[in-house]
Amino acid sequence: MDTVLTEPELQQMECVYEKPDTLTDTRFHYCPGCGHSVAHRVLMEVVDELGIAERTVGVAPVGCSVFAYQYMNVDMQEAAHGRASAVATGIKRVYPDTYVFAYQGDGDLAAIGTAETIHVANRGENILVMFINNAIYGMTGGQMAPTTLLGMKTTTSPTGRTVETAGFPMKIADIVAMLPGTYFVTRQSVHTANAVRQLKKAVTKAFQYQKEKKGLCFVEVVSNCPSGWKMTPVQSNEWLVQNMLTMYPPGDIKVPK
Amino acid sequence: MTVSDVQLMKGNEALAEAAIRAGCQAYFGYPITPQSEILEYLADEGRKRGMVVLQAESEVASINMVYGAAGAGARAMTSSSSPGISLMQEGLSYIACAELPCLIVNVNRGGPGLGTIQPSQADYFQATKGGGHGDYRLIVLAPASVQEMADFVYEAFDLADKYRNPVLILSDGALGQMMEKVKFPDYNPADHMVPKPWATVGKPKSRERNVITSLHIEPEKMEQINIRLQEKYKVIAENETRYETVQADDAEYLIVAYGLAARIAHGAVEMARTEGIRAGLLRPITLFPYPSRPLRSLADQVAGMLVVEMNAGQMVEDVRLAVDGRVPVSFYGRMGGIIPSPEEVVHALKAMIRKEATKHEEVY
Repeated sequence: MDTVLTEPELQQMECVYEKPDTLTDTRFHYCPGCGHSVAHRVLMEVVDELGIAERTVGVAPVGCSVFAYQYMNVDMQEAAHGRASAVATGIKRVYPDTYVFAYQGDGDLAAIGTAETIHVANRGENILVMFINNAIYGMTGGQMAPTTLLGMKTTTSPTGRTVETAGFPMKIADIVAMLPGTYFVTRQSVHTANAVRQLKKAVTKAFQYQKEKKGLCFVEVVSNCPSGWKMTPVQSNEWLVQNMLTMYPPGDIKVPK
Repeated sequence: MTVSDVQLMKGNEALAEAAIRAGCQAYFGYPITPQSEILEYLADEGRKRGMVVLQAESEVASINMVYGAAGAGARAMTSSSSPGISLMQEGLSYIACAELPCLIVNVNRGGPGLGTIQPSQADYFQATKGGGHGDYRLIVLAPASVQEMADFVYEAFDLADKYRNPVLILSDGALGQMMEKVKFPDYNPADHMVPKPWATVGKPKSRERNVITSLHIEPEKMEQINIRLQEKYKVIAENETRYETVQADDAEYLIVAYGLAARIAHGAVEMARTEGIRAGLLRPITLFPYPSRPLRSLADQVAGMLVVEMNAGQMVEDVRLAVDGRVPVSFYGRMGGIIPSPEEVVHALKAMIRKEATKHEEVY
């Protein structure tokens, strides 16, 4: 960290990895180790590499990624809590040739926005819904989400989530996959380099299907929340493997026939 | 058929037809009585003539689809009736803060709650005082005929674009359902479209990204946004206040009413005149901005004002604010979907003249 390279030294080095133009210079506000940063980067790398930035409009949710538009260097709209997919529908319907994505967390997409989520999928809107599932309300300080695991402690399930008081963890990706309007439904994660590569492939496919007007693509990203889970980043990734991926196994849920 | 043809149409259908002619590109809505004809008309005629028309899963979704489409620069609208408009209030607050031009139509029915499907004006407060959270205003137009149900659509879209502000047409179940003759003006949308460089349509390399948002987390920034909005509302009040008067020049008593109630009050003015009562009418056409100034002027001329509404007394508060105690202000209203008759209004007027206004008011 202390090594400072001079400008001539830098120029002699080969650039093997850099920030895509589709990310702004604003530093992420996310907590250390949080999966949002990686998910943002993957999404924007794909938009950059496909060369579609000039025709892409994104919709940010309410939640930790409420400021997504500060980092994503494309035209963006900030939606009310849970309504990102309705806002995305409005954009896509008037400009069908744009690439539209809604980026939403679990509280936003699977609690307050459930109706919008089900119906955007059922209509088969030609958009990408990117769903970050970290099983908790991060922005508001770690409350229980519809995706919170049984037994998991949050500020609103202080002794652990029980079925009696809060019902079951909701597998929303499996629900939308049942609807004929969805074309491609997959569950990925960002806890290892390989997982990130798999996610990138999935997001790339989703945009290609959008280009072909195939219907709704739904990419779930099982992610972590070190702050909300009260763990170090490393612990949170271990916990994710042991617990989250058991409940929410990665892999394609619905693939084109 | 030419654009100048006079047609016999329902208010809701005339409004929908005008929306197509006004260049509305996208309609998002949900069925509710007594306004479903707007959605039905556009689902047929609107689609045939190139409009995006989507029946959403709820009014909540509808208003957020309008947010998306308006944010992308399209002329977009939704319509509903009272309970549905309540569901849209969150979205309207966001739209007002993000300054997205669009049209919302409320074909007002009787409330509170599920209420009734009959006409009412009980959503006046909701329409004119904000409705959702935060300090914001909609421009509110109140038609009183099927012709105005059509005319105000063009006006609404132009005002919305001019000020980057949502515009609400506050109608009611009777105006929506009744049939009258209507003539559509010559209006070429292309002549009225304004550039929207702020719209999110995809960012070319030549410009910074466009962001539509109502989130400004630093209070200093949010205060500046609020100040800018309030300044805009002042400009709107200065330039866009609309009203009409009927026999107000020599009036000794003034009835103040809007929308359907103004038509009834007009009849009452004619009846009162035949009985030798010098009655007049002031009809606010914009409910925000409110015609406070002409009311204040007339306060120095008349001996009393009677506010007639199809509610428990909402606009009467704005009349009292406008005249500021210069003249006694009485109120007559019917609620829950009941339309008052001109005879009732004349009766109320006479009661006021006999200084019985206060006693009368206690009935309600």
